[in-house]
Amino acid sequence: MNEVALILGMFCVTFGVRYILWGTAGRFHFPAWMSHALGFVPAAVLTAIIVPSVLMPDGQHLDVTFTNPYMLAAICALLIALWRNNLMLTIVVGMAIFMLLKWAVFA
Amino acid sequence: MSPADPDLSAPHPTLPSNQDKRQAMLEGGKATLPLIVGAIPFGILFGTLAGPSGLSLLGTLAMSLIVFAGSAQFIALGLLASGAGIGVIIATTFVVNLRHLLYSAALVDNVRHLPQRWRAPMAFFLTDETFAAVSSRIFKNQHNPQQSGLSHWYYLGSALAMYGNWQLCTWLGVALGEAFPNMTGWGLDFAMSVTFIGMVVPYLRSQGRWNGPMWVCVISAGVMALATWSLPHKLGLIAAALTGIALGYSAHLWQRQQDHSQQSPSQQPNPQSSPPQGANDE
Repeated sequence: MNEVALILGMFCVTFGVRYILWGTAGRFHFPAWMSHALGFVPAAVLTAIIVPSVLMPDGQHLDVTFTNPYMLAAICALLIALWRNNLMLTIVVGMAIFMLLKWAVFA
Repeated sequence: MSPADPDLSAPHPTLPSNQDKRQAMLEGGKATLPLIVGAIPFGILFGTLAGPSGLSLLGTLAMSLIVFAGSAQFIALGLLASGAGIGVIIATTFVVNLRHLLYSAALVDNVRHLPQRWRAPMAFFLTDETFAAVSSRIFKNQHNPQQSGLSHWYYLGSALAMYGNWQLCTWLGVALGEAFPNMTGWGLDFAMSVTFIGMVVPYLRSQGRWNGPMWVCVISAGVMALATWSLPHKLGLIAAALTGIALGYSAHLWQRQQDHSQQSPSQQPNPQSSPPQGANDE
């Protein structure tokens, strides 16, 4: 993996997106439908990352059983986040449940 | 913005002094402080996970210095660890960062008058946190030309505080990872998943109600991510994200049409995608 190319590539797309509107001082507009569609981007991308990482912890096989600590802790984290809209609480309790399952229950 | 927007009006009669500028920078940093505290664990986690994911020490520090995009950097690590190609990582970075288009569109009227030597660095430093801090100040000072003339100094203060903190946390995470080399075996990989879960859930509600189209988006992206898992170079991630965006947006259009036809009963609804109400029962 060429890290120089990776970092330069990531820089170009990140800075490009942040700069295009300000660099052209607003002469470039995008249509209303596009800004609506853009609103779905973060949730779609993050979910597409989360779901395989918790349902396929070994990266190969689907593991939808009650011995998969990733899946169980993710469900708990989801419920906590839905119940209390508090990012820090979700992370701390979710991690604690995961550690408990991984090291105490399924160890 | 109205034509009376102070940033677009004639030059201010009294130019802000250096002390005013320093003061505005300090305030910008201070207002961003709570958001910086929230970013600390992610910066440390990034530094800790970078090595085990396959990034060199220099690459880790350079990524935080040059790319400076928290969630994109995180996702890049996850993709690196699972053996994704460089093109897919860059394409994913692009998709993840598209939300910055919304931020820069919201602020464009406040930066239009600034020279490029301001606009380019400001764009480099644009993050979720600085956007949140700066947009609330601009809203508050809408009718105060003296204060809004200092907005870019406030922005700079907020941005430098975020940037400095991100570099420090990356270093700290790298040092922790070196001190405890088997830390990754502790299950820290789950920390990324749980963080992302906490970031997605707020989107599922809007104004105290379930956001049906967002549920459609999230469920279809998740199902598609599993279905396309075996595609080479992790291309399934892009396919799943695009599916989620397309179906979520379709559901949004369908819902709007429903609302519209409820107001004028003569029109017959024409369902074109799965009803958002069904997704709410999940």
